[in-house]
Amino acid sequence: MRVQLFVTCLNDAVFPKVGLATARVLEAVGCRVEFDERQVCCGQMHLNSGDEASGRDLAVRMAEVFAEAEAVVSPSGSCVAMARHFWPKLAGDTGRIAAQKTFELSEFLTHRLAQGLGRGWTPEFAGRVAWHSSCHGRRGLGLLDQPKALLRQVRGLELLEIESEDQCCGFGGTFSVKNPDVSLAMMDDKLDALEATGAEWITGTDSSCLMHLAGGLSRRGSRLKTIHLAEILAGGAD
Amino acid sequence: MSGGGITPSDRFEKAVKLTLADGQMRANLRHATTTIRRKRQRAQDEVPDWQELRDRAARMKDDAHARLPELLIQLEERVQDAGGRVHWARDAAEAREIVAAIAAGYGLNRVVKVKSMTTDEIELNDFLASRGIAAVETDLAELICQLAGDRPSHILVPAIHRNRREIQELFRRTLGADLPTDNPAELAEAARLHLRRTFLAAEMAVSGANFAVAETGTVAVVESEGNGRMCLTLPRVLATVMGVEKVFPLWSDVELMLRLLPRSSTAERMNPYTSFWTGVRPGDGPQEFHLILLDNGRSRVLADPSTRETLRCIRCSACLNVCPVYERAGGHAYGSVYPGPIGAILTPQLLGMEHGEANSLPGASSLCGACLEVCPVKIDIPRILVELRAKAGVKPAESAGLKAAAWAMASPRRFEAAIRWARRGRGLAPLLPGPLSGWLQGRDLPEMPARSFREEWRRSR
Amino acid sequence: MEAESVNPSRDAILARLREALEGSSPRPRQDEPGAWPTPDPVAEFAEKAAEYRARVWRGCQADAPARLAEVIGAGRAAVAPGLDTHLIPPGAEVRSRIRPVEAETYAAAVTGCRLAIAETGTIVLDHGPDQGTRSLTLLPDHHICLVRTDQIVAGVAEAVAALKGAGLQTWISGPSATSDIELIRVEGVHGPRRLDILILEPDA
Ligand code: SF4
Repeated sequence: MRVQLFVTCLNDAVFPKVGLATARVLEAVGCRVEFDERQVCCGQMHLNSGDEASGRDLAVRMAEVFAEAEAVVSPSGSCVAMARHFWPKLAGDTGRIAAQKTFELSEFLTHRLAQGLGRGWTPEFAGRVAWHSSCHGRRGLGLLDQPKALLRQVRGLELLEIESEDQCCGFGGTFSVKNPDVSLAMMDDKLDALEATGAEWITGTDSSCLMHLAGGLSRRGSRLKTIHLAEILAGGAD
Repeated sequence: MSGGGITPSDRFEKAVKLTLADGQMRANLRHATTTIRRKRQRAQDEVPDWQELRDRAARMKDDAHARLPELLIQLEERVQDAGGRVHWARDAAEAREIVAAIAAGYGLNRVVKVKSMTTDEIELNDFLASRGIAAVETDLAELICQLAGDRPSHILVPAIHRNRREIQELFRRTLGADLPTDNPAELAEAARLHLRRTFLAAEMAVSGANFAVAETGTVAVVESEGNGRMCLTLPRVLATVMGVEKVFPLWSDVELMLRLLPRSSTAERMNPYTSFWTGVRPGDGPQEFHLILLDNGRSRVLADPSTRETLRCIRCSACLNVCPVYERAGGHAYGSVYPGPIGAILTPQLLGMEHGEANSLPGASSLCGACLEVCPVKIDIPRILVELRAKAGVKPAESAGLKAAAWAMASPRRFEAAIRWARRGRGLAPLLPGPLSGWLQGRDLPEMPARSFREEWRRSR
Repeated sequence: MEAESVNPSRDAILARLREALEGSSPRPRQDEPGAWPTPDPVAEFAEKAAEYRARVWRGCQADAPARLAEVIGAGRAAVAPGLDTHLIPPGAEVRSRIRPVEAETYAAAVTGCRLAIAETGTIVLDHGPDQGTRSLTLLPDHHICLVRTDQIVAGVAEAVAALKGAGLQTWISGPSATSDIELIRVEGVHGPRRLDILILEPDA
């Protein structure tokens, strides 16, 4: 299967490793990965900031790039939720077509593995890991147990449960800078819960939430580190 | 003060600085909302057709709103046929005048009140006081607010920001109650004793309504304590203020309300008491019934098809109880008697999106979606928040940054240039909407990598 | 032409609403009430009413008077006029209403009900003769309600259907309660603080 990698603007600019890891995982389960360089941003940041016109413009451009693909996979639940829930409205038929074939990484993998594809994939990662459930993946895409089920297949990985998994970490994109006080209050509670697990690593489907949490951990001087799900799943896929 | 109204005096991001600093209130809210969340989930899980109920209720409400003028006229006719009187109020001021005139018409200077967010919305109590009419709140939480001079901070439990110890103190001070402990049962008993004589002597009651049925002219109040029954039964005059959106078509639709509302609000299978009445019943209860139908911005909300589902709200408060922003900010930060997720979409729509303070409210959300998940009438609050942000528009200070980012992101080449530029400076700026200082307030920025993904990709392939 | 307006606010509100709805058309709705699945409505009703701290007793009609006398105890009781006379304990007074000045006179009120609901443990009064007016079941601190097993329906939907046309109704689920302090339920505020439910099986 040919898969178009929807890397997201944030990963492209700041977390290239996440994009590379995603490609490796996809290849490990037998996909041919392509990257269309015309892609930039799904439009979510602008839409959520109240600039619908710019959000639409960006969404239309993305939808046009991806509408031609066989399948589109992204290491971001949030950007995929944006595609699924808003591209049809913002980008019409092209938006609908593109959204229908766009999947978040763990969603795509779960589906593929369930079909018996990707048998040779044997990820390894040594460490105690807590799973952070990002809201857009959780409620926008219904990602509840799928990512955790994938993590349980990783050799050497100890998966730790976190208290109140469904609570938002306080990132919320534009919210994090426009309402920093509330955002940070939410983040503090989340970091407390994550630290209480005794994990060494926090992982999740979204670099944005992880960037927010990592920023707070660094400010706290915590030893806890963040790592994207794709990077864990790519362990041993080189 | 005890009324409240719906007009915030500050933007949310500013008001919240004060409320976040109140550690006691945050602890109280956290305790109360965590408790109720678990119970609500259990109450929902017990109902096999819960998701269908939500769909049915959403359709029912949409149907009601699409036919609102016709249903209101039908309701008016039925209520009149049954011996009641119907009044129409365009705004808060008209509604207040109507209630005051009713009391004055009977020569009364005191009314008892059943908890009603609608009368808080129109700031009825302060107005009646200015006309020499005392309004006595009889719902425990409203009484607490009234005695403490607090604004309501929750639509179901307006005094949720107070814990038992604070209430014990308040009742000792204001009611002279002898309260050796802060046991909630004893606090409730103190309220019972305090209000009992008031009920028995009451001549007029003012209530809200949870809903009214157009087909039959029946009005309903859903409650727990029995203060509602007292107010709806003992006085000879009853005035009920109801938002126009609360009417629905058929008596059979009552099923939806009574199955969804109690489980969503107090997490009970059924609330202790629900009273239904239709006009006046000779020899039983008030012999004068006035129903006041209030617009106060609701027609404005109705006017936009993309956001009108806001009016489906049955004020259960489930969305408040699961909202992480509400839990930390507290109700007062929203500056309106309607706080939390529903407040963030309802208040600005009632007031109009031009309202400079209220239009900050749709920003008061991380868009986590917990509210939609629990809303019994399936209001897509996250989507509406986004729609309203667009309507509120972007502040000039942010607009330049957003436009610049959009320009850069509209072309892969410009985007790459922006990344290189960001790498040289400190600047994640093109990727962070709004001021960098907001981010840096409590978080460090990640290091920029030596190469972007697309550069890496080109090198590796 | 509409008649000359006597109520400008009414006209204005209706006009605003019509304007707001311009261009959108109502979608006809077909709604099927939801059934509540229960193998044994009587048992489920008894269990759920008890969970709300109502005191529930289940027995046959013949044993009811004795049980009633026991539940009433020494206090003064008011009994709704429409109850079966054989159910009225000696010494009880037949009353259909209690005036505010008599609020503390009666310790208990004894009534029937219109129906009861298994789904929620609710009793519903429509204030017919065997239930009295609303004050009867409101002012005494103790409400004793007789429920015949054939009055128990499975779900709320069935109850609503059966209650169509009843202009005055009181739905009661347990004794009065409040969740206003820290969102924790405590029993006993303004309404009756004690609720006894006597479920009467038909005589064999
Ligand atoms: S918006 Fe929904 S969840 Fe919130 S109060 Fe209204 S009905 Fe309840």
